[in-house]
Amino acid sequence: MSASDFEIVAGDDARKDPVRVVLVQEDERPVVDLHEDPMVMTVPHLMVREVITIIAASLFLVLVSILFDAPLEELADPQRTPNPAKAPWYFLGLQELLHYYPPLISGVILPGVVIGALVVVPYFEINLKREPLWTHGRERKLLSIAVATVLVSIFFYVSAPHPVWPIIGPTLFCGGLMMLPGIVGTESRLMDWFARRSLAFWIFTWFLITAVILTVIGVYFRGPGWEFTLPWRDGVY
Amino acid sequence: MGTHAGSDQTPARPLWLRLVDQVLASRVGRSILRHGYPNTNRNRSLAVFSNFFLHIHPVKVRTEAMRFSRTFYLGGLSALTFALLIGTGVLLMFYYHPSVPRAYQDMKDLEFVVSAGLFLRNLHRWSAHAMVALVFLHMIRVFYAGAYRPPREFNWVIGVFLLIFTILLSYTGYLLPWDQLAYWGVTVGTNMARSVPLLGDEISFLMLGGHQVDANTLVRFYVLHCVVLPLVLVLGVMVHIWRVRKDGGIYIPPEERRAAHRACRVEGESGREEA
Repeated sequence: MSASDFEIVAGDDARKDPVRVVLVQEDERPVVDLHEDPMVMTVPHLMVREVITIIAASLFLVLVSILFDAPLEELADPQRTPNPAKAPWYFLGLQELLHYYPPLISGVILPGVVIGALVVVPYFEINLKREPLWTHGRERKLLSIAVATVLVSIFFYVSAPHPVWPIIGPTLFCGGLMMLPGIVGTESRLMDWFARRSLAFWIFTWFLITAVILTVIGVYFRGPGWEFTLPWRDGVY
Repeated sequence: MGTHAGSDQTPARPLWLRLVDQVLASRVGRSILRHGYPNTNRNRSLAVFSNFFLHIHPVKVRTEAMRFSRTFYLGGLSALTFALLIGTGVLLMFYYHPSVPRAYQDMKDLEFVVSAGLFLRNLHRWSAHAMVALVFLHMIRVFYAGAYRPPREFNWVIGVFLLIFTILLSYTGYLLPWDQLAYWGVTVGTNMARSVPLLGDEISFLMLGGHQVDANTLVRFYVLHCVVLPLVLVLGVMVHIWRVRKDGGIYIPPEERRAAHRACRVEGESGREEA
């Protein structure tokens, strides 16, 4: 940007007519000009959307409630443990981990680590920048991602009585996708997109895939004695 | 066109709108709403900032922030399911005794005796599942949008705790029907609390009001579910929404704001040339 692009006019009395100078850089505009975003009146534009959303969502839940009854089994009996005894669905990922690790790890340490990680997410410089992984240091990054992927996989292979495939699978998957643009280059649009994801993106995606797989297994693929079952063959327990 | 003398003037307002105008303009009407029918920008502004329920909104919103595909309205839908849960929950409290085995009999009464009782319980149950799922999805959406970046870091942290409290609400409610599903589902969860190092047994005793899930646990979970946790969640949601508003509304990535800004500027400049 050259000096001729803008002009600074100062009045005779600087105290009465202060001139504020703003340095506008090419891609980092300061907040000053953002109030020119296209805007509409809240009433009626946003209100109409809100009312439609409220009606549609309420109607949907009412229909579901008419069509499907909430489950109710027989009176609670402390003497008779059902097999399997399952927690609510949002805890079944953790309950599935009980199959691999003692309760201290799957019920206390791992959920604690996950909550802690979620809380500190916004305070990590690495997350805030969302720097693309493949801007520089290709060789070193490839090596470190490969080592990290292998180490995490080995850890979950040996640390439990049986290999924790629901975690090893997503680890290899995400590690592989992270490395792919570094190996085949970023010519295609998909590879370019992968290359521009941040480390935070990959860690969160890895956690998400793992959580979904564990929960789905816990809900649909576990039967009496927490044995593996097929829902289409044995039904859902 | 020429048949009506006044056809080029503003068409007469329909009768019902004139009635609304009159009610709003009356002394009682003005004491309640303090603004006329919102067909002018002045009245539309007044409708938002002189209304307690709408004051969480600014008078004007960014077109970009309203787009469904940006947020899927997940935060708003979470709040809606929470409101439905409070409504159905209060009605269910009229019929429910947190005692053993009366709690279970009340479930049967809701099913066979109370008018629309089963529907009420269904709506509460499915809304609860929907709320847990929606809050999860809301968090995922916010993460991928990067909306936790400064100055919103702490609102993300509040959001994480709102998720935890949502799960606790669902979990405490899970025990209340006092059937086999409720009893053993809660037993599996509370057994995990026992494995906390050093304090495990104490935490478990505090939660259960004893050494296993029994009538004491039911009362504790009932009070947590109907009083403590909803109050905490209502307060948390208020702070959460207030902070969103203070931070300038829904997060829009800077590059998209610049794009929208540029489009707006180009439109304005071409308009000026024509004039």
